Amino acid sequence: MPEAATLEFRRATKRYPGQEEPAVNELSLTVPAGEICVLVGPSGCGKTTAMRMVNRMIDISDGDILLDDRSVTDREPAELRREIGYAIQQIGLFPHLTVGDNIATVPRLLGWEKERIAERVDELLKLVSLDPGETRDRYPAQLSGGQRQRIGVARALAVDPPLMLMDEPFGAIDPINRESLQNEFLRLQQALRKTIVFVTHDIDEAIKMGDRIAILKQGGHLAQFATPAELLMYPADKFVEDFVGADRALKRLALQRVRDIDLWTAATVRVGEPVAEARAKLDDADIDYLLVVDEDGRPRGWLSERGLSGERVTEEFRSKAQPVVEMDDVLRDALSDLLESETRYGAVVDDGGRVQGILSLEVISHVLQAPPEDVPHGADAFVPED
Amino acid sequence: MLQVIAQIQTRNRTGGTCEANNGFCPDWIADNYDRYIDPFLQHVFLTVVSVSIGFAIAFGLALLAHRKRWLLPAFSGASEVLYAIPSVALFLLLLPVTGRGTLTGLVALVSYTLIFIFVNVTTGLDGVPEDSVDAARGMGLTERQLLWRVEVPLALPEIFAGLRIATTTTVGLAALAFFAGAGGLGEEITRDKGFQSNIAVAGGLAVLLALVLDLLILFVQRLMTPWRRAAA
Repeated sequence: MPEAATLEFRRATKRYPGQEEPAVNELSLTVPAGEICVLVGPSGCGKTTAMRMVNRMIDISDGDILLDDRSVTDREPAELRREIGYAIQQIGLFPHLTVGDNIATVPRLLGWEKERIAERVDELLKLVSLDPGETRDRYPAQLSGGQRQRIGVARALAVDPPLMLMDEPFGAIDPINRESLQNEFLRLQQALRKTIVFVTHDIDEAIKMGDRIAILKQGGHLAQFATPAELLMYPADKFVEDFVGADRALKRLALQRVRDIDLWTAATVRVGEPVAEARAKLDDADIDYLLVVDEDGRPRGWLSERGLSGERVTEEFRSKAQPVVEMDDVLRDALSDLLESETRYGAVVDDGGRVQGILSLEVISHVLQAPPEDVPHGADAFVPED
Repeated sequence: MLQVIAQIQTRNRTGGTCEANNGFCPDWIADNYDRYIDPFLQHVFLTVVSVSIGFAIAFGLALLAHRKRWLLPAFSGASEVLYAIPSVALFLLLLPVTGRGTLTGLVALVSYTLIFIFVNVTTGLDGVPEDSVDAARGMGLTERQLLWRVEVPLALPEIFAGLRIATTTTVGLAALAFFAGAGGLGEEITRDKGFQSNIAVAGGLAVLLALVLDLLILFVQRLMTPWRRAAA
C-alpha cells in the first residue's frame, strides 16, 4: 500500500429520492497526497455526505470519486473500506472488545498473523501516547473520553491506510482536551503524512488543521476550496466571508509564528557602554529606543534618547522590557501581548531567552499584506511544544 | 379426557398418621423419592429440548427480521398469538394432530418460548449502539461479520435475559404437559394433590429445576460477556 493516496472528487453528486436539492452538488476538488483537506460548513451543507461517499458508506448518484486515479465505484465496498482509515465523532469503539481487540479489527479482517497484530497494537498505542501494558486489555468503558478518542484514531490507523476519513473526530471533547488532541494529531501527521479528509463545522478547527479547506454551503455547493490563508485573505463570496467571521485578520495571524516573519533588528546596548556609542546605535536603529541587554543577551529594558546622559549607559532610566515575545508564539498571541502592554514594540527572544529582534505593530500589519502562499498550513504550521 | 381424569385420582396410601393426615412427612419422602426421578428427568427433557428448539427458531426469525424489517410485525404478531392461547387448551387442541405423547408437549412448549426469545433478541439487536455499527461498516466489516462480531455479541445480555425468562416459564408450563401425555412433574403433583409431602417434593423439584437452570444460564452469560463487569 502506498504511504498516501491522491483523492479526487469529479463532479461528485448525491441526490436522495424525493428531495429537490442534491445533498452534494457536483463537487470537484483534488486532495494531493499527504495533505489534510477539511470539509467545513453549516449543518446540512453536505460535508459528512461528501466524506461518506469516499468509502461508499453513501453511494454516489452522479460524477465520480477517484482514489489514486481509480474510481471507488469499481471497488467492492468492504474491501475499499479496509484500505481507508475511518474515525467518527462518536468514535464507535466496540464496547464488548478490549482496546487491543478494537485496534486489531481491520488487521484481523485482512488476515494478519497474531504476532504482527500484537506488535502493531502496541506500536499504535505508543503512537497515540498511551501505555500499551496499561491500556491494551481494558474495555472502552474503563477509559476517559480523551483516551477513547485516541484509541479511535489508533484503530483508524491500524493498517497504515493511505487515506483517512475523519468526521468531527474531536467534536465530543471538551475545549482543553480538544486543543491537545488537535496538537497531538498534527504532530502525528508531521510524521505520517497521510491524505486526510477531515469534516468539521468549526471554522477555527478547519483553519488550524487544514492544508486546504473546502467550504460547503446549503445544497452541497462548494463555496471555496483554498488554503487557510487564501480563504482568510480572499474569501470568494459573502457566504465565505460571513462563515470565516469578522476577525479574519486575527485568524490569519493565528496561522503564523514569530519565527516565520522578518523582524526588525534590535539595537542593543549593555550597561556600562559609552553613551557616545549608544547614541550612534540609536541613530542607525529602526526605532527610537535601545534595548538594554544583560551579559547573555537577555532583554533588561528599553532606553530612549532622554535616558542617555553622562559617560556610560546606566539602567537608571530604562523602562521595563515588556512584552517579551518568543519565536514560537503565534502572531495573534504576540499582538495580544503588545496590546496588553500598551506598547508598539516587543523584544523577541529565542529558546535561551536571548534577543533575536523586535516585533512591532507595523511588522504585524505588514504581514497581513503578504501573499497567502507564504503562510504555512496544516501540519507544517504546527510547532510541537517542548 | 377420561384418561386424564383417571390419572388425577387420589392414590391410596398406607402408613402412619402423618400420611393419613396428608401432612409433610420426611420419612415418607425418604422412602418414596425414587418415584419422582423419572418424572423429574422427563421434566428436564421437556424444558431443555423445547427451550433449545424454541431458541433456534426464534433466534433465526429475529435475525431474519433484523435485516428484513417488514417481516418484524408478522413474526412478533404470530408469536404473540401463540402465547395468547391458554396452555391447557393448546395441549388438548394438539391431541388430534400430533396425538398423545412427548411430541405434543414439546410442540406446545416450544410455541410458548418463541415470544420471549424473539422479542429479546430483536430488542437486543436494536439496542446495539449505532456508532459501533457505523464504525464497523466504515472499517470494512461485511454484513455477516457485522452481525456475528458486533451486533450479536452486543445483544447477548438481552438475549440471555430472554433465554432465562423462557426457561423458567417453560419449567412452569411443563408441569401441565401431562395433559398431552408428555409426563413430567405435573403428573405427580396432580396424582395426589391433597398430600402435602407429594406437593412439596414434586413442586419443590420443579422450583429447584427452574432455579438451577436460571443460575446455569446466568453463569454462561457472565462467561460470555466479561465486558459487562468491566464497565462498572
